[in-house]
Amino acid sequence: MEEKREENWQPKIVAFLCNWCSYAGADLAGVSRYQYPPSIRIVRVPCSGRVSPNMILDALRSGADGVLVSGCHPGDCHYISGNFYARRRFALFKRFLEFIGIEPDRVNFTWISASEGEQFAQVAREVTERVKRLGPARKLVKEIEPCSR
Amino acid sequence: MSNPKGSVLVVGGGISGVQAALDLADSGFYVHLVEKSPAIGGAMSQLDKTFPTNDCSACILSPKLVEAGRHLNINLLTLSEVLDLEGEPGAFKVRVRQNPRYVDTEKCIACGTCAQKCPKKVPNEFDLGLGTRKAIYLRYPQAVPLKYSIDEKACIYLKKTGRCGFCEKVCPTGAINFDDKPKEFTLEVGSVILALGFRPFDPSSLEFTGYGRLKNVVTSMEFERLLSPSGPCMGHMERPSDKKEPKRIAWLQCVGSRDINRSCHGYCSSVCCMYAIKQAVIAREHSKSGDIEASIFFMDMRTHGKGFEAYYNRAQKEGIKFHRARVHTVLKGKDDNLIVRYVEDDGIPREEEFDLVVLSVGLETDPSAISLSKRLGIELDADKFLKTSLFSPVSTNRDGIFVCGAFSEPKDIPQSVMEASAAASCAQERLWPSRWTETKKKSFPPERNVYAEPPRIGVFVCSCGINIAGVIDVKEVTEYAKTLPGVVFAQNNLFTCSQDTINQMAQTIKEKGLNRVVVASCTPRTHEPLFQETLREAGINKFLFEMANIRDQDSWVHQDDPEAATQKAKDLVRMAVSKVRGDEPLPYNFVPVKKRALVIGGGVAGMVASLSLADQGFPVTLIERKDRLGGHGRKFYRTWQGNLMQDYLKGLIETVMSHENIDVRLNTTLKAVSGSVGQFRSELSDGSMVEHGVAIVAIGAESFKPRKGKWNYLYGKNPNVHTLLELDQRFIKNDPGLLGMNQAVFIHCVGSRVPERPYCSRVCCTHAIDQALKLKDLNPDMDIFMLYRDIRTYGKREHIYEEARAKGIVFIRYDLDNLPKVSEKDERMTVKVRDPIIDEEVVLHPDLLILASAVRPRDDVGELSKLFKCAMTEEGFLLEAHMKLRPVDFATDGVFLAGLCHYPKPVEETIAQAKAAASRAAIVLSREKVPAESITAIVNPMKCTGCALCTLVCPYHAVGIDENTGKAVVDTALCKGCGACVAGCRSDAITLKNLGNEQIMAAVEAALEE
Repeated sequence: MEEKREENWQPKIVAFLCNWCSYAGADLAGVSRYQYPPSIRIVRVPCSGRVSPNMILDALRSGADGVLVSGCHPGDCHYISGNFYARRRFALFKRFLEFIGIEPDRVNFTWISASEGEQFAQVAREVTERVKRLGPARKLVKEIEPCSR
Repeated sequence: MSNPKGSVLVVGGGISGVQAALDLADSGFYVHLVEKSPAIGGAMSQLDKTFPTNDCSACILSPKLVEAGRHLNINLLTLSEVLDLEGEPGAFKVRVRQNPRYVDTEKCIACGTCAQKCPKKVPNEFDLGLGTRKAIYLRYPQAVPLKYSIDEKACIYLKKTGRCGFCEKVCPTGAINFDDKPKEFTLEVGSVILALGFRPFDPSSLEFTGYGRLKNVVTSMEFERLLSPSGPCMGHMERPSDKKEPKRIAWLQCVGSRDINRSCHGYCSSVCCMYAIKQAVIAREHSKSGDIEASIFFMDMRTHGKGFEAYYNRAQKEGIKFHRARVHTVLKGKDDNLIVRYVEDDGIPREEEFDLVVLSVGLETDPSAISLSKRLGIELDADKFLKTSLFSPVSTNRDGIFVCGAFSEPKDIPQSVMEASAAASCAQERLWPSRWTETKKKSFPPERNVYAEPPRIGVFVCSCGINIAGVIDVKEVTEYAKTLPGVVFAQNNLFTCSQDTINQMAQTIKEKGLNRVVVASCTPRTHEPLFQETLREAGINKFLFEMANIRDQDSWVHQDDPEAATQKAKDLVRMAVSKVRGDEPLPYNFVPVKKRALVIGGGVAGMVASLSLADQGFPVTLIERKDRLGGHGRKFYRTWQGNLMQDYLKGLIETVMSHENIDVRLNTTLKAVSGSVGQFRSELSDGSMVEHGVAIVAIGAESFKPRKGKWNYLYGKNPNVHTLLELDQRFIKNDPGLLGMNQAVFIHCVGSRVPERPYCSRVCCTHAIDQALKLKDLNPDMDIFMLYRDIRTYGKREHIYEEARAKGIVFIRYDLDNLPKVSEKDERMTVKVRDPIIDEEVVLHPDLLILASAVRPRDDVGELSKLFKCAMTEEGFLLEAHMKLRPVDFATDGVFLAGLCHYPKPVEETIAQAKAAASRAAIVLSREKVPAESITAIVNPMKCTGCALCTLVCPYHAVGIDENTGKAVVDTALCKGCGACVAGCRSDAITLKNLGNEQIMAAVEAALEE
């Protein structure tokens, strides 16, 4: 029973997608009917630069097994430079995560444009696969013992 | 002369008529939209999906129809026809007759009780007779206006008073009015736009197809209805004879097109190749078992539009079979199956059995359009399409009357939409002094103050026909939504964006006292504005709204896993509910509009767009990187109809240079752009700054020069090897060297439709054939050979292909595995190519070798697209906001595109697109102010430490430190709501309205709840 659950286990991945490129890319994946695993829950943000390290930590604390942040390609940011800030923040933050013992593959950053539907589906598949290999993430989740009734 | 009228008549309520009406109504004109049927929507509303994006037709069309139906400045006149017209441009008097609906539109609530009770069934013309409807009916479920009407030819009561009359008895609102009479009235308008559309060719007369005789032979339009979820078999794809799902389907191309013998239609209908591929792809998708065998029988595969060739390539990879053959006979087989007989290149007759045969019927002009043209004195051509000149592609022979859509030539939806905007532009060029003189102003009811109320959330779950409901259990999702905290109402709808659901939503908000709304349907990128406006009409702030994207990001991407998709839909709804709970009402902000346009590129597209805006009274700055205007047009000899380009160009340049509203800057490029719609500030290479409200990008493209590599064919080595434009140069110069030549060879698709440039360059087939004809004129005895892959002389251009063949020009097909071989010995060229018909190698010795080389995007497109934040396609052309319905807009507001930078296109389409861009730009320029960002950053001074990090990360310099308080302050006029400052703030002191950390985290936590 336990083994079987392992095999079918679908991770929960929170994806922060910027409204202008990556979210549109995810829509295009749908329009083109590119299939990907149902593990991803998309949160629409105006810009990848809106995503703070705290939000990623919060997601992991709330029980996400993986996080994906995706913005416009370098130079294409709707808000001029937001994706660069995101990238810079992310590079630093990822080292911090490693330091506290979070596997690097859990937290992913990509650029996906509005015309890259297949690219989005591919990223969704890859990230799911990576996180699946790592299994559930419980390190940051505060387990509260249920009160005895 | 007194001022012209400030209103326009648009005849025809299909997509092009609706687009023209919307453009005009949005830029200050009152529009009368006349439609002969009971509802607008035209042929597009009958389609299931649209190519090349496979978008659901109803989904993308519906918002436009609803917008037109609700627009304060569009007077919808359904069941109406134009009788006659008098007067002159600027002051026409048009007599219109409105036929009786027998249903009071004020009273009808579209409950459908009448149709339930109506005993009279007749074939449903919307389903092309495949299904039935009642005598009282809606044209289609999402009809605009959503009002029933009585078919007087079918109604029992109207034919014999005293009998039946059930509908009147059961109608709960007393809307039935059997005494309704035709009304005649006169409209005074400044201009008229004809968008009369087309009708599908009726193949009954073509005996060999078996249509009408064999049950399982259907037309493409009928098949479209068989695929449609609102069609006669609810999208389950059943064949007519036994209601079984067909497994083997054949499409026969060119039925009623490219056929001068039987159907008298010599032209190409342009759209059928693409729609057949689309139907084959969609049929496989619709099929439950997925094992559909699809075969397309064609002569030339004409996938010449943006994204079409890639679609074709993908279809081939997916296993759709393409037979280059014209089927000569369809016979009856066993079990109502069909035997299709055909001959391919090898000359061997073949037979194949199919379950269903779809006839890809062409487009032709409706007889009612022909008779209207006669009444209006509008000239048609020999094919019964409206006669236009290529340099004024949307004008008719009568001044002040314009045309758009398939009425002037068979064409696809984007092209029709483009022309619609272009026709609107032409109307505005004359009527602009009367902008806003006849329009009404929209007012919303005062917004209810919801601050003190606890959240009362309404959730609307959309089935989207079967797009969502086919995968996701929408009922379960709806029931689940009801259990979420704060949700007081949840409902499932077939199409949430249809007019009736929208009206009902507004009603529900008022009745149930809702103060937050969630719609679980498609993507907010297309539908959020529509629903938000509904909230405003119901008296609550439009920002109290969220969407859960359960179609594009759920049902469409998890088609094989309905259970997980349903679970995901619940999660998405829960996330949206959590987020909307924290939403607050936000102010509606505006920015004033700088009344100037910046046009980048001084080719035909840039000049036409500039001129159109300048003629509407708007100042334009036109920049051109070279030292003269004209762009590619300077190299071009004539259009396929023989209009000389250089004469046209000379006149155009003179008009542009001397126009008082156009500031032409030569040798100038764009250096930097800041600001946004209404308030752009651009720095030019001459150091000056231009402030402008809108921008039009018309930077053109380049022709591919095969200097080396596989496509070289002696180019640059032999002086008589040219590209098309180089031969044009010789024509322009009247080069005597062209006289006395004996043989010319054209090689098509040089660098197009190849792996490194996988798109079709659209213009070359027509251009090359026209040049061949010109050479034939110069040297009647010349032998001319065209080495081609598919001849793509779409639309009326087919006639010159016909002419070329009649004049003895020889067409030899080659494919990528058997490229022509070109060699040279002692200045004598040899071209070898394998002829697939005789299956032998042909050896030619041309004096002139012409390479129809690709149109390729400019290398520096990327730099410019970055300045305006516009997207690009994989090939490097600029990417419009929506391939089907927004063909000249960018996703970035206030920036538009035209010409070759969008995709290769002939000059007539460039002119139409440039005028369309001007029309779209005029929507902004005609206003004093445009809406600005409401979701802006806000500082909590109690938390702010004044570290000024936010001022450093803000890309718009919208945040500053107040000198007195030492705290950060946001200038909301500059803030675009990106949230960089929020993510950057160390003390959590700055937040984005309705997108604060708590709110985003509420959604994240909801996503992860078990």
